[in-house]
Amino acid sequence: MSEEIKNIDVLIVGGGPAGLSAAVELWKKGVRDILIVEREKHLGGILRQCIHDGFGLTRFGVTLSGPEYAGRFISEVRELGIPYIVNAAVTNVTGDRLVTVVTPGGLLRYQAKAVVLTMGCRERTRGALAIPGERPSGVFTAGVAQAYINLYNKMPAKEVVILGSGDIGMIMARRLTLEGAHVKAVYEVQPYPSGLPRNIEQCLNDYNIPLYLSHTVTEIHGDRRLKGVTVSKVDEKFRPIPGTEEYVECDTLILSVGLLPENELSIDAGVVLDKRTRGAVVDEHYQTSVPGIFAAGNVLHVHDLVDFVSMEAEQLADHVARFISEGSLSECDVKLNYDGNINHTIPQKVSGDEKFRLSLRVSHPMKDVKIVVMQDGRELASRKMKKALPAEMVQLDVEGVKSGAGDLQVCVV
Amino acid sequence: MELFDVLIIGGGVVGSAIARQLSRYRLKIGVLEKNLDVCYETSGRNTGVCHGGFAYDPGSLKARLCVKGNQMMGDLAEELDFSFKRCGKVLVGFTDEERARLHEVMEQGEKNGVKHLSIIEKERLRELVPTVEGEFAMYSPDSGILDPFMMTIALAENAHQNGVSYFLDNEVVGIHREEDDTWTVSTKHGELNASGASTYHTRWVINAAGLGCGVISDMLGLTGNRIIGSKDDYIILDNRLSKLVPMPIYTVPSNTYMGIHVSVTTDGNVLLGPTAEDTEDLHWYGVAQKNLDYLYEEATKIWPHVNRGDYIRTYTGILPKWIDENGKIQDFKIEIVDDVAPHAVNLVGIESPGLTASVAIADYVIELMKEHMDLLENPGFVPVRTGIKKFAEMSEEEQAECIRRNPDYGELICRCQKVTKAEILEAVRNPLGVHTMVGVKYRTRSMMGRCQGGYCQMRIAELLEKEYGIRETELEYNRQGSQLFFGTVR
Repeated sequence: MSEEIKNIDVLIVGGGPAGLSAAVELWKKGVRDILIVEREKHLGGILRQCIHDGFGLTRFGVTLSGPEYAGRFISEVRELGIPYIVNAAVTNVTGDRLVTVVTPGGLLRYQAKAVVLTMGCRERTRGALAIPGERPSGVFTAGVAQAYINLYNKMPAKEVVILGSGDIGMIMARRLTLEGAHVKAVYEVQPYPSGLPRNIEQCLNDYNIPLYLSHTVTEIHGDRRLKGVTVSKVDEKFRPIPGTEEYVECDTLILSVGLLPENELSIDAGVVLDKRTRGAVVDEHYQTSVPGIFAAGNVLHVHDLVDFVSMEAEQLADHVARFISEGSLSECDVKLNYDGNINHTIPQKVSGDEKFRLSLRVSHPMKDVKIVVMQDGRELASRKMKKALPAEMVQLDVEGVKSGAGDLQVCVV
Repeated sequence: MELFDVLIIGGGVVGSAIARQLSRYRLKIGVLEKNLDVCYETSGRNTGVCHGGFAYDPGSLKARLCVKGNQMMGDLAEELDFSFKRCGKVLVGFTDEERARLHEVMEQGEKNGVKHLSIIEKERLRELVPTVEGEFAMYSPDSGILDPFMMTIALAENAHQNGVSYFLDNEVVGIHREEDDTWTVSTKHGELNASGASTYHTRWVINAAGLGCGVISDMLGLTGNRIIGSKDDYIILDNRLSKLVPMPIYTVPSNTYMGIHVSVTTDGNVLLGPTAEDTEDLHWYGVAQKNLDYLYEEATKIWPHVNRGDYIRTYTGILPKWIDENGKIQDFKIEIVDDVAPHAVNLVGIESPGLTASVAIADYVIELMKEHMDLLENPGFVPVRTGIKKFAEMSEEEQAECIRRNPDYGELICRCQKVTKAEILEAVRNPLGVHTMVGVKYRTRSMMGRCQGGYCQMRIAELLEKEYGIRETELEYNRQGSQLFFGTVR
């Protein structure tokens, strides 16, 4: 290999909101030998195509569009002089943190003390759901349709059906309507919406787009461009109910049926994943099962608000800065267990040495509940909620964990 | 009007193999293909297995041409630069009845000239395929897997390189025999809403129309062939599982049905299929929920690692089967019927193992033609065709070197399959002039990964528009009428 291997303190994989936030915070903590590697031609990640507003209320106290939100961090990166390369794709990360980057200028290799995984997530596709029927053109994931319209100036739709009430799907319902398409309906297989209440209000109700719960697309029709879909009601186990089929004519089916953390590089590096989040198993330092490899943002668990992505990445950066200066972080052997009302938690284990922020999602909608964190029968933290929805991530700060003692229990009472 | 020596109807693997083998001779050859690319139907919708030839009646064309095709495959793959792996294959069984049947299959295979077959016990089976279920198996080490898209494209490109003209978007609608014993073939363009018509004049016609073999046969005056479809649904799984399926895993076959199998593609994707339902409709490529459930259950019996979370796509292929009046599936029919249709080679019911046998079929067709005419060797014939170099399969040293020579190799367009801009551009500029999205997909494997083009398709659409100077509304996904866009936004 003629290319030399460059040593670096921290290599950040991905210049989206998580990577940018982590970089800025690391720099501020005095860690300067860092590099953001971004595969697209510009920094900003998926925010570049999210031209709607609603970003930044929690993080900045104002509502911004996606590019504006990303722009704040990008300006800071540029002003501080934080090193980054674009049009550069990381193709491999080893468990020893040797990173390979493909760029038009050549193949680059870095030996990093710490690798920060901030690759974000990808969309679940029609193929992953194995929706029966033919395979015409005109079936797009919401993010792809959004990219075509907002970044590539191409109109992919006229008569539209949307499957899934994820946030991007609802935002695209509004966007497509504003661009002159006719959005006939949104169908959701769950008995409750999977996106945020504010999006149902602002993207569907405001435009008279009906939302049908407990419905799904059971067949796709058309051998060239999409001609229509068959929609069916489903029972409590999501099985289509015979006799409820309805044919809906349309030329476009938009899918907003879930996001999957993009962990291909993590798997190759030997990082252990959580079956629920499909992101890494991490401790309170956001360190994965591979020492020196950290993860935050949507690659760790899918967030509903970018503000929380930034804040999580900033916390990660604090721990990475300490890892760089001290060489290691404290052992984390206290596990987090949870009951059936909780879908997952981040982190999955903690040290007990310090206060940490717990992120979780409930597994189904609930009313008037209290989420409690206990250790050996002791209540460490709790949150009372009038309404708990799977669409909304819940965060609690937890203190007073005893290391060497029993596992933490997270439950709904 | 220019006069062709040979017009081949159908640019699938068989038509393109015939075109390529005939281009060894001094002939003016044309291929009429109704789709916008060469492997849009049966040739691109199958398991991609290079069959051994044991599952066919001894003495049949299927047996003879499959065995011959299998033996030729290694050299062919090398010459034409498409992926082929002689990885072997196992047929697993559980019951005494199945064991007896496997012995029959093995004996039949030996009669057919298939080498190295053996019955192996559980322990050896687990050594070969650690993840498989089954008490015993028949092992065929000479079976293999190949890339059916690239095999077809490579044959077509090599034929083209040797002077064969490809006429895509030309669906044959009429064949007329002239008084001087030449043929006039009429086609229409735009398949759905005829956007034009063409006429071709030729000495010989070859019916390699695959699913259209019955229709073309009728046009030639060779009526009475009954064709039904065998519709095969498949599920494609993530290529992370490739290590778990080092070779195709089949169940015990009959001589007309291979059974459900768990196979692996040359790109490492695991395949579950096929369902094999008889159908009169040779055009409907839909997958039914019940078939997906059935595939899951049946595949799990021989390979207990099927997980719905690993699904990335489903697909359907239809095999054209020639049947007798009792519905019994017949052999391949390859004929020249002098008194009805002189100077026409009629191929009927070229189903599985047509992919494996394709070049052997082509040679057989040429032998038949030689009984009617003298063929002069083409001294300029070039047997070698070079494909697109795959970045993902290079060592890091080779990758670095490639980027140094061409910076487009340093721009990753498809993240899942690690396909670079250099490869995409080469595919966009393919010699046949195919400019559909799926054309690029077949030639590069971009958009075939787990995100199904979620990341790369926009870039590929832009490159196609730019290179061909077409508007976004003119860009087709795969077939005529499969446009992706209705216009611009701003």
